[in-house]
Amino acid sequence: MGEVIDTAALVRSGSSSAADVMDACLKRINSRDKAVNALVSYDEDRARADAARIDKKRADGQTLGKLAGVPVVVKDNICTEFSRTTCGSKILESYVSQFNAFVVDQLIDADAVIVGKANLDEFAMGSSTEFSLHGGTLNPWDTQRVPGGSSGGPAVAVASRMVSASLGSDTGGSIRQPASFCGVVGLKPSYGRVSRYGLVAYGSSLDQIGPFATSVDDAALMLEVIAGHDDRDSTSVNEDVPVYTDALHQPIDGKRVGVCDACFAEGLSDDVRLSVESSIEKMRDAGCEIVPIALPHMKYAIASYYMIAMAEASSNLARFDGVHYGYRAAEPRDLADMYATSRGEGFGAEVKRRIMMGTYALSSGYYDAYYLKALKVRRLIKVDFDAAYQRCDVIALPVAPTTAFAVGEKVEDPLAMYLSDMYTVFANLAGLCAISLPCGFDGSGLPIGWQLMGQPLGESTLLSMAHHYQSMTDYHLQAPELATK
Amino acid sequence: MSAKQILKTRIIVGMEIHVQLRTQTKMFCGCGLSFDAPPNSHVCPVCLGHPGTLPVINKQALRFAILAGLAMNCRIASYTKWDRKNYFYPDLPKNYQVSQYDLPICGEGHFDLPSETDPQTIRIRRAHLEEDAGKNIHDTGAHTLVDLNRAGTPLLEIVTEPDIHSAADAYAFCAELHRLVTYIGISDANMQMGQMRFEPNVNVEITHREGLSKTPIAEIKNLNSFRSVKNAIDYEAQRQIAAWEANPGYELGQAANENRGWNDDRGVTEFQRTKEAAHDYRYLPDPDLVPVTISETMMKEIRTDLPELPIARRKRFVSDLQLSSKDAETIVDHRATADLFEDAIEAGGPTDMLSKQMINIWLSLANDRQTDIANLGVSAAGIAELAGITDRGDINKSAAKQIAEAMLSDKQSPRELAKHLGLVQVKDTAATQAWVQQAIDNNAPAVQDVLSNPKKAKAAVGFLRGQVMRISGGQADPKLVGELIEKLLTPKPD
Repeated sequence: MGEVIDTAALVRSGSSSAADVMDACLKRINSRDKAVNALVSYDEDRARADAARIDKKRADGQTLGKLAGVPVVVKDNICTEFSRTTCGSKILESYVSQFNAFVVDQLIDADAVIVGKANLDEFAMGSSTEFSLHGGTLNPWDTQRVPGGSSGGPAVAVASRMVSASLGSDTGGSIRQPASFCGVVGLKPSYGRVSRYGLVAYGSSLDQIGPFATSVDDAALMLEVIAGHDDRDSTSVNEDVPVYTDALHQPIDGKRVGVCDACFAEGLSDDVRLSVESSIEKMRDAGCEIVPIALPHMKYAIASYYMIAMAEASSNLARFDGVHYGYRAAEPRDLADMYATSRGEGFGAEVKRRIMMGTYALSSGYYDAYYLKALKVRRLIKVDFDAAYQRCDVIALPVAPTTAFAVGEKVEDPLAMYLSDMYTVFANLAGLCAISLPCGFDGSGLPIGWQLMGQPLGESTLLSMAHHYQSMTDYHLQAPELATK
Repeated sequence: MSAKQILKTRIIVGMEIHVQLRTQTKMFCGCGLSFDAPPNSHVCPVCLGHPGTLPVINKQALRFAILAGLAMNCRIASYTKWDRKNYFYPDLPKNYQVSQYDLPICGEGHFDLPSETDPQTIRIRRAHLEEDAGKNIHDTGAHTLVDLNRAGTPLLEIVTEPDIHSAADAYAFCAELHRLVTYIGISDANMQMGQMRFEPNVNVEITHREGLSKTPIAEIKNLNSFRSVKNAIDYEAQRQIAAWEANPGYELGQAANENRGWNDDRGVTEFQRTKEAAHDYRYLPDPDLVPVTISETMMKEIRTDLPELPIARRKRFVSDLQLSSKDAETIVDHRATADLFEDAIEAGGPTDMLSKQMINIWLSLANDRQTDIANLGVSAAGIAELAGITDRGDINKSAAKQIAEAMLSDKQSPRELAKHLGLVQVKDTAATQAWVQQAIDNNAPAVQDVLSNPKKAKAAVGFLRGQVMRISGGQADPKLVGELIEKLLTPKPD
């Protein structure tokens, strides 16, 4: 089973109280977070009050929800009306949303307690959680290393066992890559499976909210709670949510695992390659068929992804202008100066870089060569995957080319940073579901993750494959030393 | 300068028209539409553009746009999408406007402008949906205030080809289009409230000794009356011709196109900015909105909502109902009036009398009360009966107007009201003769004029007739009265 499932069962049955669960959680946070800076805000009084309300609900004879009393944290680009939503940016430093994101309401309805908000790269732009108003988050396995990003905070909160589950967002790998760097399970649902209402947009056609957990079982339960149709998100899929926690147990023998040789070529570290290859062998042992697939346009994915994400970001982030809410420059000379200075002072360097590149790509005279070309490549990549899924049920590949890199290592080299997303952007470009699973450790004892990518809305199959893999291994059970403090 | 001698000029005008749609809610959120509500009272996180919010398309706006497209003979897109038009302005909370760029919901169409002497076809280039911006309020001292009540209001932007060649035709086109959008019910098109705004693009083709020249195009922004459309185009064309005569470089392609505003007080257009300084709007498909596929079924369904259009209806009223074209135009102008008129014919009213009373009685009553006929609270049956009894001579014309007024507050039938008010016309010769005699007896000077003053005789007969109608309480038949006055005052041969 999983920690989330177990905790909820204990609280539901009355064997544990939500108050006690919360108490223990807050103790863990207070003793561990200083070392890693995973959380940007949490409110002990509110968390305890919420836990007490859940206990009272049970005492009043009401049946508790699927996440009864389970403490969770959510990435700080997911809107909450009870605390600030900063997106790790000075421009939203004191911003409190007027509403809860769809996923936040779903968690609350399931009787989870949202303890706090977790750190991220500013506006989810980054792969290391180093670019945040709140300072960088550190990897609990080695605090000289980054946790990955942009959902570094939610990943670390789970990896250091402060909470058993959290929510992040994934635009090009922002859930899976930190999950891999931190040795936890990270799930990016298919585009449209989870409502984006209340997720502060980065690249709207790529963004998706998903869970971190210490097991596939818990990730499945979290998805079950947050998935579903939402009238307020036109891109949300209007299809029933399967009972993923049941789907986990579907048999997998005879399932076909697609492997693309090009994903194991240059740029991939040996430790990662060996671990992923041995994981694929385990799937063969479990009765799966391993089939070769081709992804002819793979090499264009990173360029296409960054072009689209930046173009959309340049438009999505236009609203942060100091006029209506958020940071406003102190003494602007005129309107143009108010815009320029508020944005100039409010955004960090990486966000400005992406806004400028996106603006450039959309400008008249460049649109066809950059943005439109990127859309065409995206279309071709989709076609590649449609063809690949004629031959297989899921595709296996690495999550990231390396394990966690050192803090500061790639700060001055944006291109190197961008390339750490080379295996994850496919799923976002093609709207696929994908999961990152712990599959070993490198020579320095840093966790390695591997990735399974399923078809759009293929979460049931994906999760059942992941679950079988997990049942054959114990990597997901390993925790960093910090988790014992 | 002889080289500049102008032989002929031709105005070239294409129109852009913004029509505010009559939906219950805004384009992308659940807020209601408002005109003069307190500032920022019709707003929510979505139309305020707060982070994390997403738009949801208003299906009614989509239907209205399709209906308008059908009415303008446009090709309706089977697949349409939404684009973001990016620019920074405080009244635009997201700093982009959701609009339609390359796949508008309505493509090429045409609008036939009828005229007995000079019928024209104005081609429609496209019509697309977009959201309106809010308002910046500058007249409050040191600060500019922003009111976002209007932000997100659904607009249909209609763009014509440059097929209009006179200010008068532009006026006629705008008026006809106004009638059309109100007719099909997609807009109240109240121009004082800015619900319909016109932007003519004007230039002039000049034939001169040396050949043919064209002036740069000026777009005149935000006109909100037909009259200002006409006056602005007239002024602008003359201004451009004068500028061309004075300035050798003032040619299309050489001098910049520009935006101009219309100063109604001074009767001039004023320079705003050149189009060369225009924004690069960096359009991109809006990833928050899914493209819409319009099915044949949906089109069929919407087509059934399309009423007979004003121009066709006018033609039919002239050809089938033998109305004069002027009367047809007056009655068809408002759909409710024309509907009531046709219902009254259906209810058995005589067409000719009905059309007269529609205009002289009912429209004038509605105008006096600043409403339209549909709001007067009278039924088609009542209107038909009133015309019927007038036509048969049961009541006279002035009695009909009195009865009509009574019908506004009294639910009795016109016939009952006529009786009740004593307005049933008396056709009895003896009774009428007694009233005439009384008038003659009481008005000796007038009688004297009739008998012996040819200059005043006609006026005096009229005076006497009026006296008879007064004495009879309006019941006398004016025709019979006239005959009797003539008979009684004709000198008998001795």
